[in-house]
Amino acid sequence: MSLERPSTALDTGDDADAPDSVVAAQALDRRTSAAARTHLLRTTGLLALIAALAGCAVLSIAVGAKAIPLGSVLGALLDPDGSYNSSVVWELRLPRTVLGVFVGAALGLAGALMQGLTRNPIAEPGILGVNSGAAAAVVTAIFAFGLTGADTYIWFGFLGAAVASVLVYALGSRGRSGATPVRLALAGTALGAVLQGFVYGITVLNENVFDQIRFWQVGSLVGRDLDIFLRLWPFLTAGIVLALMLGPALNAVALGEDLAAALGARVNRTRAFVALAIVLLCGGATAAAGPIWFVGLIVPHLARSFTGPDQRWLLPYSAATGAVLLTLADTAGRVVTSSGELEVGIVTALIGAPVFIYLVRRRRMAQL
Amino acid sequence: MPEPSRLWGENLTLAYDQSVISRDLGITIPDNSFTVIVGPNACGKSTLLRALSRMLKPSSGAVHLDGRLIGSYPSKEVARRLGLLPQSSIAPDGISVADLVARGRYPHQKFLKQWSRTDEKVINEAMEATGIVDLAGRMVDELSGGQRQRVWLAMVLAQQTPLLLLDEPTTYLDIAHQMDVLDLCAELHHERSYTLVAVLHDLNHACRYATHLIAMKDGQVAAEGDPADIVTEELVEDVFGMPVRVIPDPETGTPLVVPVDRGGRIARRREPGTVERPAARAEEARSA
Amino acid sequence: MTLTPARPGTGSDAAAGGAPGAPPGRPRRFTRAVRLAGGRVSFAVRPRVAAVYGGLLAATVVVFAVSLSVGEYAIPLPRVLWALAGEGERLDLFFVRDVRLPRAWVAVLVGAALGIAGAVFQSISRNPLGSPDIIGFTGGASTGAVAVILVFGGSVLQVSLGAVVGGVGTAVVVYLLAFKQGVQGYRLVLVGIGINALLLAVRDYLMTRAELTEAMTAHIWMIGSLNGSGWGEVVAVSIAAAVLVPVVLALGPRLRLMEMGEQSARGLGVPVQGTQVTVMLAASALTGAAIAVSGPISFIALAAPQLVRRLARTNGTALLGAGLMGALLLAVADLIAQQALAPTQLPVGVVTAVIGGSYLIWVLYREWRTGHA
Repeated sequence: MSLERPSTALDTGDDADAPDSVVAAQALDRRTSAAARTHLLRTTGLLALIAALAGCAVLSIAVGAKAIPLGSVLGALLDPDGSYNSSVVWELRLPRTVLGVFVGAALGLAGALMQGLTRNPIAEPGILGVNSGAAAAVVTAIFAFGLTGADTYIWFGFLGAAVASVLVYALGSRGRSGATPVRLALAGTALGAVLQGFVYGITVLNENVFDQIRFWQVGSLVGRDLDIFLRLWPFLTAGIVLALMLGPALNAVALGEDLAAALGARVNRTRAFVALAIVLLCGGATAAAGPIWFVGLIVPHLARSFTGPDQRWLLPYSAATGAVLLTLADTAGRVVTSSGELEVGIVTALIGAPVFIYLVRRRRMAQL
Repeated sequence: MPEPSRLWGENLTLAYDQSVISRDLGITIPDNSFTVIVGPNACGKSTLLRALSRMLKPSSGAVHLDGRLIGSYPSKEVARRLGLLPQSSIAPDGISVADLVARGRYPHQKFLKQWSRTDEKVINEAMEATGIVDLAGRMVDELSGGQRQRVWLAMVLAQQTPLLLLDEPTTYLDIAHQMDVLDLCAELHHERSYTLVAVLHDLNHACRYATHLIAMKDGQVAAEGDPADIVTEELVEDVFGMPVRVIPDPETGTPLVVPVDRGGRIARRREPGTVERPAARAEEARSA
Repeated sequence: MTLTPARPGTGSDAAAGGAPGAPPGRPRRFTRAVRLAGGRVSFAVRPRVAAVYGGLLAATVVVFAVSLSVGEYAIPLPRVLWALAGEGERLDLFFVRDVRLPRAWVAVLVGAALGIAGAVFQSISRNPLGSPDIIGFTGGASTGAVAVILVFGGSVLQVSLGAVVGGVGTAVVVYLLAFKQGVQGYRLVLVGIGINALLLAVRDYLMTRAELTEAMTAHIWMIGSLNGSGWGEVVAVSIAAAVLVPVVLALGPRLRLMEMGEQSARGLGVPVQGTQVTVMLAASALTGAAIAVSGPISFIALAAPQLVRRLARTNGTALLGAGLMGALLLAVADLIAQQALAPTQLPVGVVTAVIGGSYLIWVLYREWRTGHA
């Protein structure tokens, strides 16, 4: 490419007089080192978060109906010996923990994407109709096909989430200016209401369906085994990778449609990719654990208080924070009550809401 | 046929849905010029700027950039050749000056190369050129309007495009900051050989800074050329529908457009009955 | 005094007023003035708005009449009128005056209350998704009621009380938590969402731990139903509406100004903080009354303001319109809820969600196809 750039003239070595240029050079140095410091801080923070996640995961494997000492957990992980502890770890606890990590990361990412796309701080992936679509499909599965048990209706959950969000997106992106945030929100609310009404109708008429859906609706990782993880991980992984790649384009889109386009970002294509990523992430997460909507809403706010509005940082931070929150909540849910366990969806709200409110009060939250 | 310039459009028909703004418009931005587009509200100047920067797809006709149709480039490639500062840009809340300027690097960044040394260097240079190095760590929402406009300019500069399109860059600024921004543009044009296209509201600023002036009316070019050649009382009256006097600017010698004291109230108030107001008399004569 | 009109193109902003060179002559009239009592009372009426409101009112009256007439025991309209006047067969009198009339009134009043409250919250939060949820009200009310049902096994009255206490208590907590040198609308919304999530978690916990039949009772209450509404409910919600609706409507002009931004509203002499608190209290109380009577019926508060705004093509908050639209929506929905699967009576919340949602989808679809947006 032989484009003559004016940048060659944009050089620091101007013919300005000496004292000024010295001052300017010092300011520049300060600014360069400040930038480097921020960069280092953010990298360290992310690494620390990932380390914390690893710690939470190990804890989650150790804690349960039968507590396994941390030493044995590590031993079983590194060297599966076929003992009882080892099989509990490998067959029950590890799949559930890994699934929790994926689901948390997926929900955190999906929330960050949705808020970044709509520039609406109360946007959460549910706006695309993910949860109501999944609920409607699961209700149908129970009502029409007599399915029982969380593992049998994961595909219904996934399909319902996917179909609903595609419909919302299609409805929201009609017209000349494409999928604007407000339209998406309205379309999602409208379709969500219809699906919710359907769920209400079926559950009121059929007690059996209601009995099952009330447990599904809470959001839980109870009894999620290796099989469920193996079926869903490709979707979750694809969604996570796609989401992390969208950071730069979302950064441009955040400057307004015109400027984003002027910078060479393809606004409508970015929106479509965001929607696709959300379908994969939320479809997978909801299929696995039921609707845990609060994570997608608050995690980006938590992450943003560390990273500021730069999506390239915000997205990985949201993924890690979401994973930590969900793993921690799942673990806590197993120990807080003596009988049975508290579902992860309930615990995330119980832990997340106070933290969220504290953050809201402490500072002026970034208005997107 | 040789290209008339790096950026030009032919037979442009520009429309939003059904309402046509311009029909059969031909426009050439002279290379290395500081082109200023003026005209009354709703005359289509911003629309033209949008078409030139491929924000608006012409209903017919074509815009050419560096010898090819502008639509035939990948969009990041256009963004490396032509920068646009729209009127309404949103600074994400809680973003620092340096981070906002850095967003201008988007068209140059590859996915795995998000923060190269070149990026860092160009951002520093852009902040230096606009005099905002000291603000680098500040939050954009804490800045004054004038500072903020400099930050936006720095962001477009960081895009490193030889062509810069600015839509009303001086709106909402006080007179000193307006001059600041325009001086900065003139410097970019003069010393760093940018080709600039700006939409301005103030005719006198346009006359002062433009090397090439385009006056628009009802979606058409009413006149274009060196301001000293084309800005006459007749042209301004024709384009803006307002009687004026044009005198040489005592400071620069460029045309200075002074609105006529319609009805003569102001002059009468200041010096009852004794003021010579040729243009106002001419207007009265015309309307009689 | 003679003022020369500005020439076209030199006015402050010709773009806002229309294309330059618009044909001279009489401008199209979007507003008509009505002056009464020698100009002592005057207000502006926009024909389209008036037509839409009139249409909504007429439609509500029709639906109201139909809902008195149809049912398992059908009564032709003339006999309905006789029954209203106190004449006719005993069964007619019983069904019209003691069963259907109070239920129809509750539908209309609750619908109007929800519509108006929704408009208020959307205006204050400047968010088309704003609803009493944003201050945790609905979450608090339904958690309160569900707790009464599931933990104490309370009577209908106690459940209503639980809903009101839960709702108001939550609203107060949210407001206090959001208070920090004044309440900023944005912080209020976020705190409300947090508290709402917390309460819903508690509610869901209760739902999963309860016996199935009790959980079902709570479930139906949460969907919202007008089954069994009688004159007691009518009186309760009428009193609330009579006190609160005038307050909200009186503050409507201020709300519209506040939508332009708090600064400009202050500049125009609006006491922003006071207005916000008053109108939000009134709207919360309206919602509380509605929820106490019929449970948290979804979607009316969300959809009514949006729908009326699109029909009347106004760009500000239309409180009165939202009330009319809410009344019509709930009246229609309750008619359907009673008839759709008769003799099984659906909770009306099922219907509001389905038809409200479908209608909004249709409106959006049509609007976007024709290019308004």
